[in-house]
Amino acid sequence: MARKQKTSLDRRVALGAILARRGDALLVTGLGSTCYDAGTLDHPNTFYLWGGMGAAAMVGLGLALAQSKRKVIVATGDGEMLMALGALATIGAQRPRNLAIVVIDNELYSETGMQPTHTSRGVDLAGVAKAASFARTGTVYNRKQLDAWIPKLYQSAGPVFLVAKVTSTRYPMSIRLRDGTHIKNRFREALLGSKAFD
Amino acid sequence: MTAATKPATWPLDIFEAFKRLGIRQVAYVPDAGHTQLIKSCHADKSIQAVSLTTEEEGVAMLAGTWLGGERGALLMQSSGAGNCINMLGIIQECRFPLLMLVTMRGEWGEFNPWQLPMGQSTADILGRAGSVVQHVDDAARVGETVFAGGQMAFSTGRAVAVLIGQRVIGFKDWSK
Repeated sequence: MARKQKTSLDRRVALGAILARRGDALLVTGLGSTCYDAGTLDHPNTFYLWGGMGAAAMVGLGLALAQSKRKVIVATGDGEMLMALGALATIGAQRPRNLAIVVIDNELYSETGMQPTHTSRGVDLAGVAKAASFARTGTVYNRKQLDAWIPKLYQSAGPVFLVAKVTSTRYPMSIRLRDGTHIKNRFREALLGSKAFD
Repeated sequence: MTAATKPATWPLDIFEAFKRLGIRQVAYVPDAGHTQLIKSCHADKSIQAVSLTTEEEGVAMLAGTWLGGERGALLMQSSGAGNCINMLGIIQECRFPLLMLVTMRGEWGEFNPWQLPMGQSTADILGRAGSVVQHVDDAARVGETVFAGGQMAFSTGRAVAVLIGQRVIGFKDWSK
């Protein structure tokens, strides 16, 4: 069981600090709060999932295998990641060097009434990823630790897995881009140019 | 095994269809019916074959494959089709192409009663989840059905499931 530590990180500050260094990295978000958080920093290299809970890590894997020269970041919540623990085994077995997963972990299902998730009950997601053969894993609780970790997120040989423990602050839904076909086509056109429509 | 004692050529026909379609990623949950095809995919340097823990991972993965500009295919047994349902919502909403090859259990000559609930509902369930469903029972037509299904999936942005009948794969003779 992971030792309980108090966190001082705000979810949007944390994701903002990570994405400030994104460069040409490709981003996949999980549904819910991480989708809204990333929406405040909208970018054509971001693919937002609004549904398919548990899909984020595997969408990231398919993208990372197809774009082996680009860094692929998956940003998702603890509830979404808990639904796909098997995907961590699949990714750990595949070992994509260019994939990094960041879990913005508030230990709550914030979309459905702030019920606690298993990460509030001692389940250590970074420990699961480590056991699943991820190349580098860690958990951060404050800005100093996060800032020290961000270069590893982008530069370490993957798969990388970072848990950012965040406070329970909830923000309003701040993204208006919902149409899945548009989100997909925008992403592909930004990445592939005219080949997006072959 | 009784019905499939001759060496089957249809797994090679599928592999050739994959090459013509430009398939670069193959995600699978192993099935006896796909043994040869899985081996061929792993042996091909231009294909990345990914073993999954559950079929729904493959639906999500192949969405990422397409986002990254490559084409993929998902192999599963009919019992895995039910695992994919919620993820197929992503495919439908985003108009992702998705080529699924489903080896059937729970139909022609099935001996295991536990295979019937999923096998007998696979086509209905996939159809209701937005997938085009094409059933093939003739071994000689498997390759062309996969190629045609792939062309439909990739050029129309739809999920297409090719159900490979148990008659093609063969069944266990439970009378012995």
